[in-house]
Amino acid sequence: MVRPWIEAANPEHPSLIDQAHLVDELFGIVNVPSGVWIDEAGMIVRPPETAYPKRPYFLDRETPSDATPRLASRVAEGRKLRVEPEKYVAALRDWVAHGSDSRFALSPEEVVRRSRPRPMEEATAAAHFELGQHFHRLGRGDDAVRHFRMAHQLQPDNWTYKRQAWSLVDPDQGPTELYESDWLSDVQKIGAENYYPRLEM
Amino acid sequence: MILASLRVESAELEQRTGWSLKPEGACKEDRCVLLPADGGGDGAIDARVLAERLGMPLVHDAANGLWCLGPESGGRALTSARAPELTLPALDGTPFGLSSLRGTKVLLLAWSSW
Repeated sequence: MVRPWIEAANPEHPSLIDQAHLVDELFGIVNVPSGVWIDEAGMIVRPPETAYPKRPYFLDRETPSDATPRLASRVAEGRKLRVEPEKYVAALRDWVAHGSDSRFALSPEEVVRRSRPRPMEEATAAAHFELGQHFHRLGRGDDAVRHFRMAHQLQPDNWTYKRQAWSLVDPDQGPTELYESDWLSDVQKIGAENYYPRLEM
Repeated sequence: MILASLRVESAELEQRTGWSLKPEGACKEDRCVLLPADGGGDGAIDARVLAERLGMPLVHDAANGLWCLGPESGGRALTSARAPELTLPALDGTPFGLSSLRGTKVLLLAWSSW
């Protein structure tokens, strides 16, 4: 699914495919785009946080004149999402220039403290999600959905688990018979301004 | 980590979780957890022992004869600020290890096309 984007961008940096969502499991990433800063010695100096490189299109998206009520609502919610690209990119540039002297480079203790708690429910969600992806790749939809549903139930605020599963059924991530929730309903439930946590730089 | 049996190979365990099997137990960085004497051997260990000792969930899909051992629980997603090893394929399938970028600053950016 990501091939056209990577090929069109033709980036100089590595672009890797994470089918099992290992970055969720290893770093505690629950939404995209998320960024992690790692220094020259392999030490994380900022744990996962929302990482928009520039103002995203959805903040300025006009509602199409022929939009269905659902699309109109989705566009409206998209305009309300809180993203802070200027703040993030300025901090990133400061770290690139000043390294460990940057005030944005965190201590090892603070990196761990700011990473997500990992209760047993969320660890179990990771296992179910991995099984879901495994069965999806084998073309075993029923088995995949069963495990995706468990992952959603155990870690309801993991948007990558939900959006991956929803998008396999409906690219617009709308309501389906397979899942209890969908992107628009869930965003309206929590409030669009809470979809991305405020950056604590 | 998806398993077709309850036997977890030491090399796969270390590659996936950073935990290695040593004479003193299961070790990761400066932490070691004692393992029962009959818990493993031969470069492998019973997944149920790991699950119990390391607080990892072990999900059993009985209908398909598979298990999945999840990450350790009870603390934070990052148990240490040392970046875990992450090896993923590029578009052409070539594996790429995060640790190959040592010596340079890295921005690991997770995104999706959806």
